[in-house]
Amino acid sequence: MSWTRKILRVNLTEGTLNVEPLNMQWAAEYIGQRGLATRYLFEETDPTCDPLGPDNKLIFATGPLTGTMASTGGRYSVITKSPLTGAVACSNSGGFIGAELKSAGWDMVICEGRSPSPVMLHIVDDKAELVPADDLWGKSVWEADKLIHQKYNDPQMRIAAVGRAAEAGCLYSAVINDLHRAAGRSGVGTVMASKNLKAMAVRGTLGVGNIKDPGRFLSATTEQKKVLAENAVTGQGLPALGTQVLMNVINEIGALPTNNMKEVQFKDANKISAEAMQEPRESDGKPNLTTNAACFGCTIACGRISTIDREHFTVENKPEYWGNSGGLEYEAAWALGADTGVGDLDTLTYANFVCNEDGMDPISFGATVAAAMELFEEGVITTEHTGGMELRFGSSEALAWCAEKVATGEGFGADLGLGSKRLCEKYGRPELSMTVKGQEFPAYDPRGVQGMGLTYATSNRGACHLRSYTVASEVLGIPEKTDPLSTDGKAGLVKAFQDATAAVDSTGLCVFTTFAWSLDNIAPQVDAACEGDWTPERLLEAGERIWNLERDYNMRAGLTGADDMLPKRLLKDAAKTGPAEGKVSGLDVMLPEYYELRGWTADGQLTQDTRSRFGLPA
Amino acid sequence: MTYVIVGAGPAGVVAAETIRKLDPHGKVVIVGDEPEPPYSRMAIPYLLIRNIDEQGTYLRKAPGHFEDSVEVVHGSVASVDSSAKSLRLSDGREMAYDALLVATGSTPILPPVPGIDGERVTTCWTLEDARKIAEGLRPGASVLLIGAGFIGCIILEALVASGANLTVVEMGDRMVPRMLDETCGAMLQDWCREKGVNVMTGAQVESIEHRDDVAAVRISGGREVEAELVISAAGVRANAGFLEGTGIELSGGAVVVDRHMCSSVPGIYAAGDAACGRDFSTGDYSVQAIQPTAVEHGRIAASNMVRHGSVTHQGCINMNVLDTIGLISVSYGQWEGIEGGDSVSLLDRDGYRYISLQFAGDQLIGANTLGITQHIGVLRGLIQGQFRLGHWKSRLMDNPLLIMEAYLAATQGA
Amino acid sequence: MLRSLNINPDKCTGCLQCEMACSFENEGVFNPAKSRIKVFSFHHEGRFVPYTCTQCDEAWCLHACPVEAIKMNRETGAMEVLDAVCVGCKVCTIACPFGTVNYNQSTGKVIKCDLCGGDPQCAAACPTEAITYVDADATGLDKMRSWAAKTDNATHAN
Ligand SMILES: Cc1cc2nc3c(=O)[nH]c(=O)nc-3n(C[C@H](O)[C@H](O)[C@H](O)COP(=O)(O)OP(=O)(O)OC[C@H]3O[C@@H](n4cnc5c(N)ncnc54)[C@H](O)[C@@H]3O)c2cc1C
Ligand code: SF4
Ligand code: SF4
Repeated sequence: MSWTRKILRVNLTEGTLNVEPLNMQWAAEYIGQRGLATRYLFEETDPTCDPLGPDNKLIFATGPLTGTMASTGGRYSVITKSPLTGAVACSNSGGFIGAELKSAGWDMVICEGRSPSPVMLHIVDDKAELVPADDLWGKSVWEADKLIHQKYNDPQMRIAAVGRAAEAGCLYSAVINDLHRAAGRSGVGTVMASKNLKAMAVRGTLGVGNIKDPGRFLSATTEQKKVLAENAVTGQGLPALGTQVLMNVINEIGALPTNNMKEVQFKDANKISAEAMQEPRESDGKPNLTTNAACFGCTIACGRISTIDREHFTVENKPEYWGNSGGLEYEAAWALGADTGVGDLDTLTYANFVCNEDGMDPISFGATVAAAMELFEEGVITTEHTGGMELRFGSSEALAWCAEKVATGEGFGADLGLGSKRLCEKYGRPELSMTVKGQEFPAYDPRGVQGMGLTYATSNRGACHLRSYTVASEVLGIPEKTDPLSTDGKAGLVKAFQDATAAVDSTGLCVFTTFAWSLDNIAPQVDAACEGDWTPERLLEAGERIWNLERDYNMRAGLTGADDMLPKRLLKDAAKTGPAEGKVSGLDVMLPEYYELRGWTADGQLTQDTRSRFGLPA
Repeated sequence: MTYVIVGAGPAGVVAAETIRKLDPHGKVVIVGDEPEPPYSRMAIPYLLIRNIDEQGTYLRKAPGHFEDSVEVVHGSVASVDSSAKSLRLSDGREMAYDALLVATGSTPILPPVPGIDGERVTTCWTLEDARKIAEGLRPGASVLLIGAGFIGCIILEALVASGANLTVVEMGDRMVPRMLDETCGAMLQDWCREKGVNVMTGAQVESIEHRDDVAAVRISGGREVEAELVISAAGVRANAGFLEGTGIELSGGAVVVDRHMCSSVPGIYAAGDAACGRDFSTGDYSVQAIQPTAVEHGRIAASNMVRHGSVTHQGCINMNVLDTIGLISVSYGQWEGIEGGDSVSLLDRDGYRYISLQFAGDQLIGANTLGITQHIGVLRGLIQGQFRLGHWKSRLMDNPLLIMEAYLAATQGA
Repeated sequence: MLRSLNINPDKCTGCLQCEMACSFENEGVFNPAKSRIKVFSFHHEGRFVPYTCTQCDEAWCLHACPVEAIKMNRETGAMEVLDAVCVGCKVCTIACPFGTVNYNQSTGKVIKCDLCGGDPQCAAACPTEAITYVDADATGLDKMRSWAAKTDNATHAN
């Protein structure tokens, strides 16, 4: 229970919608959301399909705890094959639409085919329809959001949409929901646009019930909320400072990739940090940060609500950017800031707003701009390519300009929309791309946090911190402190984090809870809500099953162990400053150990034995 | 002190209770001419669809509620001698008072049509009427309703729910013309038609011929409809005839009161449907003929009967809510707008949703809505609080659905 | 001493735990659409405002009801809707100037906050103490109630 047991299948080619029962056998094995949707993707798509062709599918999936009172139970994920990586993509988002979809009675929406013309999926409880969206095409997410709200006159309606970037084919386009929450990574928005699906608008008034043991569920969730409240990170750090609490910390340990990862420390880190966001501005005396905000059901509330200085050059003529909107979180601040060398908080916030307004993943965007800047400084990209703009590290103008260009796909924006890997290849310098499997790195330098090197290399969706956030252990000491500069034990750590995270991502809960919670805290909540017995061990096993399934999908898609590789810069060029000075990533040591722990072959292939151990499809 | 209240409807009952509270030792007499304990006419539609029994319509449910605290007299007041401060009942009993409240409500008036006094014709005003209607109502029964004003529409819902085959004849050009604007009224009519109710607007009943088992109703334009039951809801008149000779000032048949709910004759007060009281929005004096106003009047009149001048009436806001076969419409204050004022409306014809707001400067003064129910009361708060909306006015002009947000902004500086 | 809900919007993060707690207590499902407390979000201003009935002294809803279906609970001070008596006429929904009585089409009755009989679940669920249940005196209730006064149909001489 707590699953609604209902799937909405949308055939965009035919324009038909069907209701299907959820495969409960799979739910028992793959939980929901990330795991369960991947199982469907595995079953229903050819892993070698063209990610942007009609044969790919796009799944919006909630977890069994989505829409419940469990803290952070508002998540949903978008699962598809990524156009950026060619691997499985699963992007998780908060906000409110996940819970709304669940409250409308749906565990999942599977979109297949491709609509002949732009459409929007409109769901009100058990009524769903495809609505022509020609009028929305060419509009930003924010404009589309406004138009859709106007059309249906329902302020409570929740909307997820793609922006102009996705329409223009930017390969790291996000699905933006609730104006500024993003299923951000791996180009899931690009897939949505390729299907001519502009938006999904949902209103759910049925509520989420079917809790196995309501009394126990309430006491379990209440107890676990206390754990979050009493934890220093989830109870104080994140609500007060957001994920941005990390900016100064990571800079100090020498793991803040700077200027396209040429350096590991950023001189202006303190100007773009959480603390800086709270400093009153000179012009109007207001800080960048207005307040923190929560996603549905979240008792942590790490979200940032910010404004840009009205007199700032980026917005002085754009009153529509004067109000509050989703502010910087750490990864975005890093990619838009440190990685491009820009230390101006307002420009970063502006670029972040643009990423939200037109649906771009700020990590991939910022990192791609960083690569372009290096290419420019190397003289490979010139003002002739850009039409005059000088792409220099540290240039606020360049950053703001790039954001606007990618948002619409105009001119050089189309090149930037290719992502770092394809951009560097196009300009003949592939080694300058800081990516794994074609996806850009997030904000932790593998030379200063060794576990993250292995995390990036083996992540099933390309470079990503959220697949196994070993920073928790290596930097914050959660659940126990390990040495960030050492490779010892990191293979095991990464595997454990990967499996646990895969489980968490499949429940409907937010991975940030794991600063305070382990599966021991999560299992009682799942167990009280869902039919069957859910122990921490069962969750972990499901997580490992999910991990292997994703890997299997990737292998079938044509990826190999050779794709578990970091760029040379991180393996060869030692960190120049800070505690990690002289260090390179020890991936070569960790990877074989990791494969072995996973029960894979020395070249990273799944064995028949592993497959049958987890009951993976043949 | 002896307080006498004539009429045991909501206005009278609330007045009696209020006096009892303010003056625990005074003598309070309430004279009513209906046989039942004080009840609410408003609840009659729910009695017709058998959601409640007759007891469910009673204003106060606790046994002995009145008898324990006030004197209840059954009888009809026939005349008042204001100089002697006494009154006489139709059965001859006499009664002295120090302060008198006229809370006698109103009575339906029948349109002057041949055959209107036939036995198949009834009004829908009292419990007695309700019993008669309930008898004739059954699935498939053909029923003709004269008048699609507020009261007509209120009972329309019940008639449809009973499964009757309903025809509605309304003189005006739309339904509920005194509560809903043209758009709203027209949408309501579409809605009724969609639900299978034949609503003729701009039509008049010309005659009613009583045949053996039906009444043949001739309607302007040469139409004829046969009905087993004809219900007339074509207007009311205040019950103030018994005041003849007191010299009390009346307007349209109702007692004109000042801001202390006092009539032109000192010591005689009036409240509810029988009173022509102050309107909050316009400052004019009129009969609003709604329950909340009756209650409000009763309360304020009572205070002034105990201590004259103690409470000044600011005027009642006119407000109505109507459920027509599941479609809910609402009106507040000056929903028609005023000259020189701004207005905004939002229409979703297919979805049967509509809202229109009327402003004077940056204050909300009136509203009409259809198909919108959540937080609707805040419209009253905005109108009656006379909040200056500032820049929220333009936000409302942009999206009139943001009433709750505008209210919070006005009251909490959100 | 009567207690009442004290709402401090400055502390609200917009998480909707209160709405879920309310709907679960009253409807048995997690369903913000059926909550008696509602969090309004002001995107442009970056502000969240939880809002529900203040159990105001004037009790407009109670007085407007034609059939005595709304009663004050003497222990909690809450105006409670008696489902069995309510006929669904909706007059209370237009009478409450705070917009806190709402019609529930599926039951044909109205719903409003009843302080959960003295243990309001919204306050218990609120992670930031934006909603607390405190002694009536200590609340900003006077301020909230002064809006109610603005709606009064009468001015009192004394
Ligand atoms: C079917 C129906 C539905 C309605 N629905 C709504 C609604 O949804 N919302 C709304 O706001 N309003 C509604 N109303 C109107 C509302 O009922 C009246 O506004 C309200 O009853 C007025 O109250 P009152 O006390 O002034 O008069 P009444 O309720 O009419 O009470 C007056 C009493 O005085 C008695 N009386 C009259 N003359 C004498 C006399 N000489 N001696 C002794 N007693 C006398 C009458 O018999 C009566 O009992 C509805 C009315 C009807 C008939
Ligand atoms: S519902 Fe409205 S009128 Fe009734 S007690 Fe609450 S605030 Fe007052
Ligand atoms: S809807 Fe129910 S509670 Fe409200 S006034 Fe009518 S009968 Fe009373």
